[in-house]
Amino acid sequence: MNLKIKRFGPRDWKVHPPYLYEHYRSTPPRSPRKPLIPLIQTLSELTGPVYGQDAVQPGDSDLTTNAGRGGEAIGERIIVTGRVLEEDGRPVPNTLVEVWQANAAGRYFHKRDQHDAPLDPNFSGAGRCMTNAKGEYQFVSIRPGPYPWGNHYNAWRPAHIHYSLFGQAFVTRLVTQMYFPGDQLLPLDPIYNGVPDEKARQRLIAKFAHDVSEPGRALGYRFDIVLRGREETPFEVRK
Amino acid sequence: MKHYNPMMVQSPSQTVGPYFALGLLREGDKVFTNVLISGNTEGERIRIEGCVLDAERRPIEDAMIEIWQANCHGRYNHPLDEQDKPLDPEFMGHGRASTDIKGNYRFETIKPGSVPGSDNSTQAPHINVIVFARGMLSHAFTRIYFEDEAANQDDPVLTSIADPAHRNTLVARREETEGVIIYRFDIQFQGEHETAFFDA
Repeated sequence: MNLKIKRFGPRDWKVHPPYLYEHYRSTPPRSPRKPLIPLIQTLSELTGPVYGQDAVQPGDSDLTTNAGRGGEAIGERIIVTGRVLEEDGRPVPNTLVEVWQANAAGRYFHKRDQHDAPLDPNFSGAGRCMTNAKGEYQFVSIRPGPYPWGNHYNAWRPAHIHYSLFGQAFVTRLVTQMYFPGDQLLPLDPIYNGVPDEKARQRLIAKFAHDVSEPGRALGYRFDIVLRGREETPFEVRK
Repeated sequence: MKHYNPMMVQSPSQTVGPYFALGLLREGDKVFTNVLISGNTEGERIRIEGCVLDAERRPIEDAMIEIWQANCHGRYNHPLDEQDKPLDPEFMGHGRASTDIKGNYRFETIKPGSVPGSDNSTQAPHINVIVFARGMLSHAFTRIYFEDEAANQDDPVLTSIADPAHRNTLVARREETEGVIIYRFDIQFQGEHETAFFDA
């Protein structure tokens, strides 16, 4: 009997930023220069880590309280929900979503962040959740603040939430950032603008969702994430 | 490339930034660590150790390395790997580490068995690697091979790399210190010893 696994479509390099993007000043010394070596996907690339519900503790998806100090984070409460999909629109069920972000004042709970803005003892800025059978996820947080960084004179990062996803294989791994609609800093941000294609950049901006908002409590945003989808040609091996 | 017309645009990659440890390598976390083994994991215990270096050979102190590997029998702990080989319930095969101030990272794991490749070939034992860092807008794929494996000669992926020096950047050097077997695998972004990265 044969073992057959459908391969994944390629990383779309019109969508993903190149390694060398000079406007983001840290890329020149940290970018490979030799051409990437084509790799035909095998069992090594078509499998990948599977994290289950046991990777998520109760409360992990509520960043307003999960610092565990008994208090609530300061800031504008938000609910972020969305679907994790493959390129053909198929949902990615039961996959782990990890998020991290700055607090409402634009400071990360990290020793290397020395930005002169207050830390919030009730906000660690890290969360985890799983997608359900329909590929939907949801977490509660506060809207992160923008913050200055050293890339160029008067450089500010637009407000963003970092996302880490696995999808169903080693090659579907994705780390990205979610931005907020209407942010005036987006056109000035070299990280956001490292994405070559305008339509792809739009993918990174959440949509305000009044229907997700909770009356008297939190504003809602919708943010879908699209991972690489499967091709028709399978990897095949005698079992 | 075959005709491939997906309906939707992929979500673009963005950098992990300098503060990823806060979300991805939390202190005291049992889920994501650089120790892949327990006391009962089957196989030869090894340590993977290396340094991540930039174009000027300066250590990168804020890189994150993830590895994914088969167990000692050459089977991945994944529902689609239905090979007729044993699974090891004590080995999941995924690890995550960050570099330290000197650019060093390490994993405690076991040497993987060989797994099948395309067209009924056999791949030499290897570990699949993803490199993330501040200053990388997209992650990079590479692989760790082991210098004491004769099977490297015929490995379809290694032999697909024409330049022997470039190919050799994927082969970890074996050292033994105080009874610990260490495979050294440095990752370098540019220069003469630039690591071979894949468009996987």
